Amino acid sequence: MKKHPALKYFRFDRPGNPHLWCPGCGIPQIWYYTIKAIEELKLDIDKILWVGGSGCTGRMCTYWIGDYFHTLHGRPLGFATGVKLANPELTVICHMGDGEVAGIGGNHLIQTARRNVDLTAIVVNNFNYGMTGGQFSPTTPRGAFTMTSQLGHIEYPFDLCKLAATCGATYVARWTTFHSRALINSIKKGIQKKGLSFIEVISQCPTQYGRRNKIGNGMQMMKWFKRSSIRKEKAEKTPKEELKDKFIVGEFVDIEKAEFGASLRGLIKKRRKESVKN
Amino acid sequence: MSRIEVRLTGFGGQGVVLSGIILARAAMYDKKEMVQTQSYGPEARGGACRSEVVISEEAILYPLVEEADILVAMSQEALDKHIDSIKKGGTLIIDSDTISRVPEKIGIKVNKVPATSIASEKLGKGIVANIVMLGALTNLADIVSKEAMEKAVKESVPQGTEAINLKALEEGYLCAQK
Amino acid sequence: MNKRILSGTHLFQGDEACVEGAIAAGCNLFAGYPITPATEISERLSWRLFDVGGIFVQGADELDSLTIVIGAACAGWKSMTATSGNGICLMQECIGYAAITETPCIIVDVQRAGPGTGAATKTMQGDVYQVRYGSNADYSIIALAPESPQEMFDLTVEAFNLSETYRVPTFILADEIVGHMREKVVIPEKVKIIQRKRAKFPPQEFLPFKVESDTDVPPMPAFGEGYRMPVSGLTHTETGSPSTDYEVQKRMVSRLWNKVEKNVEKITKIESAYLEDAQVIVLAYGSVARSAKSAVLEARRQGLKIGYLRLITIWPFPDKVIENIAKRKPKAIIFPEMNMGKMVREVKRVAGERTKVISFPKPGVELHKPKEIYNLIRRVTN
Repeated sequence: MKKHPALKYFRFDRPGNPHLWCPGCGIPQIWYYTIKAIEELKLDIDKILWVGGSGCTGRMCTYWIGDYFHTLHGRPLGFATGVKLANPELTVICHMGDGEVAGIGGNHLIQTARRNVDLTAIVVNNFNYGMTGGQFSPTTPRGAFTMTSQLGHIEYPFDLCKLAATCGATYVARWTTFHSRALINSIKKGIQKKGLSFIEVISQCPTQYGRRNKIGNGMQMMKWFKRSSIRKEKAEKTPKEELKDKFIVGEFVDIEKAEFGASLRGLIKKRRKESVKN
Repeated sequence: MSRIEVRLTGFGGQGVVLSGIILARAAMYDKKEMVQTQSYGPEARGGACRSEVVISEEAILYPLVEEADILVAMSQEALDKHIDSIKKGGTLIIDSDTISRVPEKIGIKVNKVPATSIASEKLGKGIVANIVMLGALTNLADIVSKEAMEKAVKESVPQGTEAINLKALEEGYLCAQK
Repeated sequence: MNKRILSGTHLFQGDEACVEGAIAAGCNLFAGYPITPATEISERLSWRLFDVGGIFVQGADELDSLTIVIGAACAGWKSMTATSGNGICLMQECIGYAAITETPCIIVDVQRAGPGTGAATKTMQGDVYQVRYGSNADYSIIALAPESPQEMFDLTVEAFNLSETYRVPTFILADEIVGHMREKVVIPEKVKIIQRKRAKFPPQEFLPFKVESDTDVPPMPAFGEGYRMPVSGLTHTETGSPSTDYEVQKRMVSRLWNKVEKNVEKITKIESAYLEDAQVIVLAYGSVARSAKSAVLEARRQGLKIGYLRLITIWPFPDKVIENIAKRKPKAIIFPEMNMGKMVREVKRVAGERTKVISFPKPGVELHKPKEIYNLIRRVTN
C-alpha cells in the first residue's frame, strides 16, 4: 500500500487510534494542507513550531513531528508571541478553533493582530465546539441547532476575517476545506509574510454540527461549502440579499507594515545609541 | 542621632513624594540609615498626599512614622489632618502662603515659611515650593547636612532644572535662618 | 551604559530593586499589565530591559502577559511578569500551565489590600494561599517573601535561580510596603546565576520528561534546538505523549509535587535571632517581620526571653523549621500576619499540641505597629 505523503511529518506516539478526529472531519485535511505548504516552501522541520490550544483543532499541533506547543484554550497566540520574540528565526504556525479565537481568546486575537506579530494564525471554523459535544460558538449562524441552542440559535455570528482585518493583520484570507489549492497557497503566503497572517478555514464537523443541522456527512458538508462559496471579487458585484448564507472566500488583506518583534528590536538599537540615564 | 521621623504632607502634585525622596537620598549621602515611604489616594493630582522619611544611625525596622519629630505641611487640609501626629517638642514647618490657620497645639515649635510666594514671585516658578520647604527643613531640623541636601536635589530633579531647584533650596534655607 | 549589574549603592524603591535583580539574574523578557502597586516594575523595565538587549511587552491583560512570559521561557529565555493580587487571580490558568509544562518563570506579586479591587494603594498579605493553591489540581511552586528593597534585589536573583533549578513558577511575594518603600540597596559586582539544565543526549536518544536518577527535574531544551519538544498541558508520559492512564498521572503529578516538596530543606531560607533561650517566639514574614523584629528587640531590652523567626521562603512551607521550634516547647508562638490568619494554619498543623500558636491577624491596609506586637508579647508572658 502506498504511504500517505504527510506521514513522515506525523508524530506516531499515541496508543490505539493514530489520531482523535472523527471520520469526515475537516481538521486532518487542514493538517495535511499545512504540511503541503511547509513542504512546498522547503522549510527545515527543526525551525518550525506548531502551536495549538484545547479542542479538536488545538490537537493539530500534537501530531506535528517537530517542536510543538500545545497551550491553553484560546491562548495560543499569546504563547506564540512569547516564543517568536525570544527566537525570531522560528516559523510559528498556530491552529485554533472558532470558539477559541472568537470566544475565550478574542482579546488575544485582537492584540496579536494590533501588534502585528509575525505569526501564521489558521482558524478552523466549524461553527461549534466539537470536542465538548457540539455547543454553539461565536461563529454559529443564527437559527442553527447545537447542543446549547436546541431551540434554534439566537445570537449573531462573528465575521472573523473582518475582525482580524480591522485589528491590523497584514494578511487575511478565508477559504473552505473544499478550496484545497487556494488554501495551501494562502498558508504559504501567510508563512512568508512578515507580520500576522490570519487564515480562516470553513470546515466540516459532521459528527456534531452537520448531524444536528441535517447537512449530512463530511462529503455532503464539503459539497455545501462548494455550493455556498462565492469569491470575494464576485461577491463585491452581487446584491447584498443574494449573499445571505454565502461564504465569501478569497484574500481580503495583503499589506506590508512593521512587525512587532522587529520594532521591539529597533528599541534595543535605539537605546544602544543613546547615552543611558539610570 | 536616634530615630528621627519626618512627615511631609500636602496635596497630590505639590511634589511631596519627591521631597521625601530627596531627604532620604541626602541622608544616604550622609551615611545614615533611612527609609522613605509614601501614602496617596487614587488621584494623580489633588487629594491628600504624604511622604515619610525615617532617619537613624541604626538599622531601621518599622518603616513608617508613628509620631513625627518634624511635620512639613503644604496645605491646610494636610495640616488639619496631621497636626496631632507631631510628637511633643516636635517641629512644625508650614507654607504660610497656603495655610492660614494653625490649630492650637501645645509644646511644638511652629515655623512659617512663605514657600509659595518665594517660589512663584522670587524664583518665578511656583512648582519649586516643595524645595523651598526642604531648604527650610535643612536649616531648622539639622538632620542632614546642607551639602548632602544639595547633592540630593541635583540628583533627583528633572534634568535642566537643577539650577532653579538649588536656588529654591538656598532661599528656603536662608528664610528659615531669619 | 548597558550593564546588567548596576553595582553600587542606590536609593531604590522595592519595585525598582526587583527590576535590577531580574536583570542581574539574566531576565530577557518581561510582560506585564499595569496594576498598583506593581506598576513601577513595568515602568523601569520598559527602558531598562532594552539596555541589555532584552524585550519589554505591556500585556493586554494578565493572561496575555503570562502567556508571553511562558512562551519566551520555552524558547530558552529567562522571563518574568509582575502584578498584584487581582492580577494573580487572572493568571491562575497560566500558572497551572507553567507548572505542568515545568516552565521556569518569575511572577512578582506586590500584594495589595483586597478582596476584589480592595484598597489598591494599601498593603496586605492576602495572596499567600492563592499563589500556592490557586490553579487547579496539584503542583508545586516556590514563593519568597522579601522584607526590604535590598531583599527585593537579592531574592529576585534567588527566585530566578530556583525557578531554573526546579523548573517551577516562582513567586516574589512582596507587599505594597516593600514594593513602594525606598531604602539603600547595595548591588554587588557579581551575582551567582544558575542556568536551567540542558539535555545531555542528542535528540535521537532524548526523552523530554525523563529524569536522571538523582533528581526529579528533567533537562529542558528550547524550541528550535532540534529536540522536537512536545510541550503540552495534557497529562503526559516521559516521551511527552498525552495520556489518561492512572499510572502516568500518578508518576507525573507525584514528580511535579515532589521535585519541590522533597527539596524543601535545600530551598528554605529563614532569619532567626534569640531562639536559644526563647520562651515565646515571634514568627513573621514580609514587611510585618520588620515590626515583629522591632517588638522582639524591645522585649529583649526589657529582659524578656523572646525569640524571633522570619520565614523568607513561604512555599514550600518549611515544616522542619517549625518542627524544630515546636520541639523546644516554647510557651507560645506569636504570628502576626496582614490577613485574617492564613499561614498560621500551616504553623498550627506542624506545631500540633506542643505549643500554643497565637495568630495576630490584621486585615490589610495598615501594617502592624511594633507596639501592638510588643503589647501582645507582654500579655502572653505575664
